[in-house]
Amino acid sequence: MIDERDIFEIVAKQAKVEPSALTADVLLSDLELQSIDVVELVFAIEEKFDIQVPYSPSDQDSAGISFKSVGEIIEAVNKLVAEQHPAA
Amino acid sequence: MNRVVITGMGIVSPLGNSADEMRDSLSKGASGIGPIQSVPHDGLIIKIGAEVKNYDPAAHFTDKQLGLMDRCAQLAVMASRQAVAQSGLNFRDGSGAKTATIIGAGVGGMQTLDESFHRIYAEGARRAHPLTVPKLMISAPMSHITMEHGITGPSFTVASACASSNHAIGVAYQMVRSGMVEAAVTGGTEAVFCFGSFKAWEALRVMAPDTCRPFSKGRAGMVLAEGAGIFVLENYDRAKARGAEILGEIIGFGMSSDAADIVLPSVSGAAAAIQACLDDAGLNPEDVDYINAHGTGTYANDATETKAIHAVFGETAKKIPVSSTKSMHGHGLGGAGAIELAATLVAMQGSFIPPTANYVEPDPACDLDYVPNIARQGAIKVAISNSFAFGGHNAVLAIKR
Repeated sequence: MIDERDIFEIVAKQAKVEPSALTADVLLSDLELQSIDVVELVFAIEEKFDIQVPYSPSDQDSAGISFKSVGEIIEAVNKLVAEQHPAA
Repeated sequence: MNRVVITGMGIVSPLGNSADEMRDSLSKGASGIGPIQSVPHDGLIIKIGAEVKNYDPAAHFTDKQLGLMDRCAQLAVMASRQAVAQSGLNFRDGSGAKTATIIGAGVGGMQTLDESFHRIYAEGARRAHPLTVPKLMISAPMSHITMEHGITGPSFTVASACASSNHAIGVAYQMVRSGMVEAAVTGGTEAVFCFGSFKAWEALRVMAPDTCRPFSKGRAGMVLAEGAGIFVLENYDRAKARGAEILGEIIGFGMSSDAADIVLPSVSGAAAAIQACLDDAGLNPEDVDYINAHGTGTYANDATETKAIHAVFGETAKKIPVSSTKSMHGHGLGGAGAIELAATLVAMQGSFIPPTANYVEPDPACDLDYVPNIARQGAIKVAISNSFAFGGHNAVLAIKR
């Protein structure tokens, strides 16, 4: 399992808020993140966890990946890390 | 004000390396999109593109020329040779001074830049090749066109990302219309197929993994293309006096800026450019027989462009065939507008309306007549061609048969 605090930090940095202001229920749309901001966020997550995220702004639920809320991001990243780094 | 006609057209594109080949491909709805041949697939997520095929540089340029020319310049010069030959003009007879060369490009010599930086950063080379700078500069394709044909009038390159070609052709049109020059060689070029630029485009997450499906439900983005389209524009009276074959007439040009977002398109900005073009041409909505859409196949563009067409054409919008030929030749970036003007012209000549290929099913956000999958017989008298760029720069051309 990943350390959830890493996701909170990455989202907070992209949204320009304090990590303590975030909960798992917070929606990216509530943070006023535009699609290009989410693309940058996904990039930061890929770099941090050394994973490939099959995310497309035009089809948010592609490949079973949903990035609508902080909690969904944590869930998706856990799944992708388990798939892509099974030994870890 | 002078009327401005097209007396030469050259095309080097994923749909063929001549106007005839392109007409044939478009009328069949044939695709120029496929697995990339020129970039190794290892390390790529997106492995498709629309490349220029059957082109051997050594068959068209000397070793010395090739040492000075990035692929984007080669394609532009190839297309310019076709266009100038068709026009029958010889610019070395004194007319070159009254001829402008205005060429659009989005990024310039990407392959040169990619190779040079790879050598220095990855291979530890201690020096770059001495011709790296004149090869990679974005204006080089235009420079080579002037030298190839001896065109000594005003010359510059226009860069406005994916609207570069339409801006270049539009400015050239205005220069001939105003009488500043008697003719212009204009159009655009792009050739970005190299590993570094593919990784950059992948990272934007706007590229389709399978194919380009503009305006269709299930569209997943754009497909990168390379190619060049070059035209000879000429003062109508002069062209007529010398008995030149007239391929079409440019009758209007409209521009606008969104002044809003570096990547997201805007309905009002796109609509303003289309309206400005109709106003410039003196056209009413019902006068337009065909719209060659920007139609990138991204979620955002296609819905926004549809709304913009509704905003300008009102009740008439649903009656006008709108197609994205990018579904077949991909997105040629700075060369896109020129490739699409060529597509529109050859369709006019062939009396058919090019289709939007790879169309699967309607998307509620895209509710116009997109001529799905199969070309339609029918004469086009007046068409407009849209280009909307990253940064919110919109440029629309109107042409008449």
